[in-house]
Amino acid sequence: MIQEKFDAIVIGAGMAGNAAAYTMASRGLKVLQLERGEYPGSKNVQGGILYADMVEKIIPEFRNEAPLERRLIEQRFWFMSDNAHTGMHYRNDDFNEEKGNRYTIIRSQFDRWFAKQGQAKGVLLLCETTAVELIQDPYGKVIGVRTDRSGGPIHADVVVLAEGVNGLLGTRSELRPRPQPSQVALAVKEMHFLPAEVIEQRFNIKGDEGVVIEAAGTISKGMAGMGFVYTNKESVSVGLGCLVSDFAENQTSPAHLLELFKKHPSVAPLIAGSEVKEYAAHLIPEGGYKAIPKLFGNGYVICGDAAQLNNAVHREGSNLAMTSGRIAGEAIFQIKSRRDPFTADNLALYKQMLDESFVIKDLKKYKDMPDLLHTQASNLFLTYPQLVTKAMENFVRVDGTPKIEKEKHTFSSFRKARGALGLLGDAVRFARAWR
Amino acid sequence: MGIEAQFQKVEEKLYQNRYLVDAGQPHIKIAPHEKPSKNLLAMTHLCPAGCYSEAETGQVEIAADGCLECGTCRVLCEPSGEISWNYPRGGYGILFKFG
Repeated sequence: MIQEKFDAIVIGAGMAGNAAAYTMASRGLKVLQLERGEYPGSKNVQGGILYADMVEKIIPEFRNEAPLERRLIEQRFWFMSDNAHTGMHYRNDDFNEEKGNRYTIIRSQFDRWFAKQGQAKGVLLLCETTAVELIQDPYGKVIGVRTDRSGGPIHADVVVLAEGVNGLLGTRSELRPRPQPSQVALAVKEMHFLPAEVIEQRFNIKGDEGVVIEAAGTISKGMAGMGFVYTNKESVSVGLGCLVSDFAENQTSPAHLLELFKKHPSVAPLIAGSEVKEYAAHLIPEGGYKAIPKLFGNGYVICGDAAQLNNAVHREGSNLAMTSGRIAGEAIFQIKSRRDPFTADNLALYKQMLDESFVIKDLKKYKDMPDLLHTQASNLFLTYPQLVTKAMENFVRVDGTPKIEKEKHTFSSFRKARGALGLLGDAVRFARAWR
Repeated sequence: MGIEAQFQKVEEKLYQNRYLVDAGQPHIKIAPHEKPSKNLLAMTHLCPAGCYSEAETGQVEIAADGCLECGTCRVLCEPSGEISWNYPRGGYGILFKFG
């Protein structure tokens, strides 16, 4: 079907693939981009929050045209027990700046727009085309791909694997391992549609302002996981995710957990009367720094979720994905400009550049956090949220009990649940993983 | 009428979605087995689209039409060879309207 040879083939039209394709095409490289969905975004799922800085570095004027939902001015963290939440809310009018810092987006719309920008720079985008196999020469160098369309293989100097967390090409060619159940979270999400003014009233916002709620606690039944509520223009995204290994061990239904989260007395009023228009599920890489595979080799680089580039602590993924795609594109352009071959030695430039960026630096900072969340899940997500709720109730409820007794009761409940040494150990463990 | 009755069933959730089903070409297949492994049996609870079910004879079966292509079963059951997992043909499968 395609006889010509390309400078680069990009697998996938998500954040990483679109960033890589745009970066290379805008520098004059001949780029083929393959997407298995009907249109870019039709297979992609995200909460989702877009971080402006990383888009600006690729398309500085994106705010003029990109489909953005709401500019985020408030972040709420909820520590949840069955009937309560203890919250920390951070709202700052400075976020109402001309160039917003974070926005909610709807991926099927954003990805379509992003891919179109690449096409305008000359990217040849083929949708409804699944890449089924990498072609390697006798020395193991990746030289192209085979697709499920009729026609022979398609060749290129280099292949950018931006195929997502669940990509098959890289694992089948043994360029990266299949993710372990403890390295990925399964998240489910629903789109709840409500009139814009109802959303604005319920979340105390106006115009294009938006609110994000991140929730942890008994909603995940002692598993390592989180829930979220994000405001879009005329919809609210409600979702919840836990580690696949925890789901498997507990034989829990994610759909049922989502139903319980929606019925939680703190969440239900926010989405009451909504019309649900979609139910989605997706894996999120949670393995952190230690789960990152080898990022480059002879004739290929790996970007985005396929490379486990996701910051589970800060809930950042799409920005790491698009930054890795951009850097891969820049590295490939440099190598091409020098007329050097795309050997592993030369493509190591991609990793060097990525190591210098916030992507690897942030993941390195939290390298011990995934292990901690995994081994301490039931303390962090079940015991402590219940203790905090009880402590808050002791503080707030007035019932004639002298305050000194209430305080004693609160302290003894913490000691009883974790022991004095346990409390200290938990604090030390957490501080160590955080620093 | 228990509390469970108020919860929306997975099948009802899937009705809201848009699919293009590649009839007769399931992209996930289960290998013949007498007794399912713990992970395969767990899929009858875990699959967010409720694609997996347990037959009366104890084997696990799949109807992949409602699959959301998350890959959970691939991560849990592909290494042992109990299932084979492919993408649907280009353009087929779940087509997220919002994602």
